[in-house]
Amino acid sequence: MPRLKIDPAAPAVRVSTIPMSVNKTGSWRSQAPQLHSDKCTGCNLCWKFCPEACVAMVDGKPVIDMDHCKGCGICAAECPPKCMTMVEEAAS
Amino acid sequence: MKKVLMGNHAATLGATLARAQVVAAYPITPATQVVELIAEMSAKGEYTGQFLRVESEHSAMAALLGAATAGARCFTATSSQGLAYMHEMLHWVSGARLPIVMVDVNRALASPWNLWTDQTDSLSQRDTGWLQFYCATNQEVLDTVLQAYKVAERVSLPAMVILDGFTLSHVYEPVEVPTQAQADEYLPPWTPERRLDPAHPAGFGALEGPKEYLRLRHRLAQDMERAEDEVDRAGSQFGRLFGRDYSCVETYRCTDADTLLLTSGAVGSTAKQAVDELRDEGFKAGVVRVRLFRPFPAKSLRRILRRSQRVAVVDRNFSQGQQGIFCEELKAALYGLEERPEIYGYVAGLGGGDITVELLKEIWREAADGQGEKLEPAWMEDPR
Repeated sequence: MPRLKIDPAAPAVRVSTIPMSVNKTGSWRSQAPQLHSDKCTGCNLCWKFCPEACVAMVDGKPVIDMDHCKGCGICAAECPPKCMTMVEEAAS
Repeated sequence: MKKVLMGNHAATLGATLARAQVVAAYPITPATQVVELIAEMSAKGEYTGQFLRVESEHSAMAALLGAATAGARCFTATSSQGLAYMHEMLHWVSGARLPIVMVDVNRALASPWNLWTDQTDSLSQRDTGWLQFYCATNQEVLDTVLQAYKVAERVSLPAMVILDGFTLSHVYEPVEVPTQAQADEYLPPWTPERRLDPAHPAGFGALEGPKEYLRLRHRLAQDMERAEDEVDRAGSQFGRLFGRDYSCVETYRCTDADTLLLTSGAVGSTAKQAVDELRDEGFKAGVVRVRLFRPFPAKSLRRILRRSQRVAVVDRNFSQGQQGIFCEELKAALYGLEERPEIYGYVAGLGGGDITVELLKEIWREAADGQGEKLEPAWMEDPR
């Protein structure tokens, strides 16, 4: 009978030790934000709204961590001068 | 008209065909699409009821508590953590005797995170005074939403319509969708006995002492008990109009069976396949699929199981410190009978593990040999 095989040493809790530098959740993305930096006013709203904290402001302009950006499009939707557009990712 | 629908959209169409007037919801995987489609229909003007976006599941049910008190037919959908977050409001709604219908898509509870099907989320709400229906197909999801309103409004209690996460919610099946005229014939508008009306101010759910509280709870218990017959009545009325009959408990090839698989939800369909194969091999196998969990259909189960010798209960849920929940409830329901079958408890598929035809056949064979566990549940895993 396919009874559950019990390992007496099985832990009560499993703790993940995989750092986010390895756990590249950006692979979930189907769309990617594309920045047209000439229109960017450096207002910081994309940095503020990004739910994954993927936006870093470097010299007053957003730099997006594409290893973890999931392509939700909130930055593009919130950007006042509309300098962010969402582009379909190629099928992988 | 026949359409190919995912379980979540079958639930949506059930709610819109029921002419739910107020929908308040917060998204959660794997239930999001149920209300996403209503939001989309609302944006296009195809759904003309009130669609409320709220900041949490607790708020969703609180909004419906208010809307139903004002006499509106109400609907929402959630899953797992969302249902747990709603817990307090579930008691408020049943105590207020409001026939709100909610879809719950079964998903395992954290910790650890898990997105896949497991009935422990809805079964954790078994003492909240809500009716609970467990569906086996997408057709049944649509049909049961309509029947849930019928029964809920007859007994003045809220109802939960439950489907398996992903195995029903995201799987496409052919579904016969009734016309609005047919749905209206089955389900006329709700006419509450009392409603919140600014012209006649009144307090609802105000403080009561133990004497009145006891009586109100007893009345609720009586109406809950009455719901078992009402579910059968609403199911056969549905059958007369639409050609699809429903009852509290579905039996399959049980008449001459000596050993039965008893289960619920989509596993009920898999069990039919297992029983067909066992019958082809010459065994007297049958399936009992428990469709109604609250009230627990003790009357129907006593009648059905009296004749059988052995029952293997397959639970995709677990009450910590106890056993599989359908198994535990079945044992309690049959305790008073002089002649009752042996009951063996099996726990399988927690957190979305597959409960395969092969696993069910092996469980059946062990039970048929009288080799199952009687006191402790057997934990199963299909290694294939």
